[in-house]
Amino acid sequence: MSSEPTRYRTLKDIPKEEYMAPGTPLCAGCGAQLALRLALKALGPHTIVVNVPGCVALFAIYPYSSLKLPFVFTSFVAAPATAQGIVDAIKVLRSKGVNLPEDTKVLVVVGDGAAYDIGLQSSSGALHRQLDHYYFVYDNEAYGNTGFQYSSATPFLSRTTTSEATDRVPGNTFWKKDLFEIWRAHGVPYIATVAASKPVDLLRKFEKAARFKGPKLFLALGVCPTGWGSDPQMTVKIDKLAVETGIWPLKEAVYGEVRHTYIPRSLKPVEEYLRTQRRFAHLFDGKHDDLLKEYQARVNAYWEKVWSTELK
Amino acid sequence: MKRMLTGNASAAWGARISEVEYIGGYPITPQSEVVELLSKWVAEGAMNAVYTNYESEHSMFAGVGAASLSGVRAFTSTSSQGLMFAIEMLYAIAGWRAPVVFVNVARGLGMPMILQVEHGDIMGIRDTGFLQLHAETCQEVLDFVPMAYRIGEDRRVMLPVAVNMDGFLISFGREPVDVPDKELVRDFLPKYNRPYPVVDFSNPVAYAPTIVDGYAYMYFKEQLQKAQERAREVFYEAAADFERIIGRRYEPIERYMLDDADYAIVSTGSYSTIIRGAVRRLRERGERVGMVRIRMFRPFPRDEFVDALSGLKGVAVFDQNISLGKGGVIYTELAEALYHAKERPRVLMSFIGGLGGAEISFDAVRYMLERLKDAVASGEEPRNPNWLFSEEDRRRLARALKLTLGEEVISE
Repeated sequence: MSSEPTRYRTLKDIPKEEYMAPGTPLCAGCGAQLALRLALKALGPHTIVVNVPGCVALFAIYPYSSLKLPFVFTSFVAAPATAQGIVDAIKVLRSKGVNLPEDTKVLVVVGDGAAYDIGLQSSSGALHRQLDHYYFVYDNEAYGNTGFQYSSATPFLSRTTTSEATDRVPGNTFWKKDLFEIWRAHGVPYIATVAASKPVDLLRKFEKAARFKGPKLFLALGVCPTGWGSDPQMTVKIDKLAVETGIWPLKEAVYGEVRHTYIPRSLKPVEEYLRTQRRFAHLFDGKHDDLLKEYQARVNAYWEKVWSTELK
Repeated sequence: MKRMLTGNASAAWGARISEVEYIGGYPITPQSEVVELLSKWVAEGAMNAVYTNYESEHSMFAGVGAASLSGVRAFTSTSSQGLMFAIEMLYAIAGWRAPVVFVNVARGLGMPMILQVEHGDIMGIRDTGFLQLHAETCQEVLDFVPMAYRIGEDRRVMLPVAVNMDGFLISFGREPVDVPDKELVRDFLPKYNRPYPVVDFSNPVAYAPTIVDGYAYMYFKEQLQKAQERAREVFYEAAADFERIIGRRYEPIERYMLDDADYAIVSTGSYSTIIRGAVRRLRERGERVGMVRIRMFRPFPRDEFVDALSGLKGVAVFDQNISLGKGGVIYTELAEALYHAKERPRVLMSFIGGLGGAEISFDAVRYMLERLKDAVASGEEPRNPNWLFSEEDRRRLARALKLTLGEEVISE
């Protein structure tokens, strides 16, 4: 990535402009907010935000709004379709001579519940129609706003309020759905995973995405102290650990060609990440070592493939 | 210009002469012809609009609602199961105050699955905030589309509108339809000029933020109700202009042979044609019976009904829908409307019929009248609802069951 021209080289290059007002009603230490704040800085002032029920809905609580941008709140399922209507309307308005800024963008902001589960049909439709929009998912790996219930983004072995860890069940027994690959199968121009602890990587990805017409999809890790049972002041550290353990790979796909934008030479043990969060606390009673090994093996297998194909 | 048009083609022509700028489409029987025609016209350049095929009705309504919110005149159409799938978005669109117009092609609701007409779908959205115009003929389908935009886009209203036609009978039936010239329609229907479009960066608006306090939520709901109430007078203004410019006059309800009537049948949609014919024949036989047909169902034409039905001995409501556990929807709403009328009809009876395209005949209308007269004469409270099953219907069902099961389940 360093070989490509960019205006983002160091932390000093993070734009000063703010599109998110200080003092939002989100939880202390919210990782989703950090990532979104950076994303908005990259996207700029001519961005129309489409949002659905979820944590980020708290940005607009009547009669206040924490975003200095046009905002439409729509049904849980319907963010991509709502974005389609706006993008299509912009086409109509321009054809009738209405003067809109050249860099007008439509940004969908949804959580993992909307992206992985209930809104997947609507997003698949919009991706198939190659809708020219940005789609930003803050993935806190459960239905966070309703009290941290299981979603198909919930990682293996995580406890949630609807996938409890008991003597009989070790929390969630399903592996996290691979939304990146589902998106990739739609043949869209740009997909990226991002992490708030890697702001330059995040900004560069938005910068790069701007070159493409069509769906530009971002999957951001949303460290969630409230749901994960982590220390709010450790959010950035946990976010970093997710990357360094290889659990949250940073990558992009341009027209389906996958490339990792950060490749750790060696991985920190997954335990280091899992131990920071109460949702995984049940795994460290000495009775779950096999499952922890399975977790580590799965992460290792992922990276073996990356190392063999991308590190030459 | 007169053309031979199906109801579906009339709906598409209604959108075309209203110079709709955006169309969302998704197929469903018996509506598909509407979106087929519109997509073709856009592809040919006959319409200066953007057409998008959606992957579901839910998404389709989200898309047209958002386009309307952006300042573009938006249209769609659907039916039955599709409308039910989209119903969540209908509440959203009304709450956004996005004056979308859609045509519903009425069809029953499964299960059991059915393709033919019934009003369960359109009645199912009566609480959403959409205004409703009900067409009986292809001409009304076409005329009601520009009427709907004119009323819905009025600043005093700013609400979405559903135009209803009956599946099969109207959607696929052909009639000679007058298609008014674009210039005339332009006279009647000003350009859509939305205040605070969502694409305005100089004046950014947050549409539909979450409300945590009940009092603020109630305020918005009250605004919707007030807008519905104002739509009544706006309907009259629009109807007067429509008559002046296009030459056809529409009232919220149609009154037929009501002068000196003792009895009346209330209905909506295409079966009114059958009921009107029967009423005329009954008149010829000396019966003092008339008919009232609903054109505007939301807002409910309460005062018009009180005016039309006051002083009558008995009124029968023909409901082609059923609110299970209660009965006919029109009957229920009409009972409320007439409750405080000084000269309310002594007897109000509810009849359920025509569900899933079940036929009604002259005999059914005569039966309703006879039952009304019996109730008035006996002075006893009538039992409601009453089902319009004919002997022939029963025989057909009995025969079909006997054929498949090999034994008699229902006696002929």
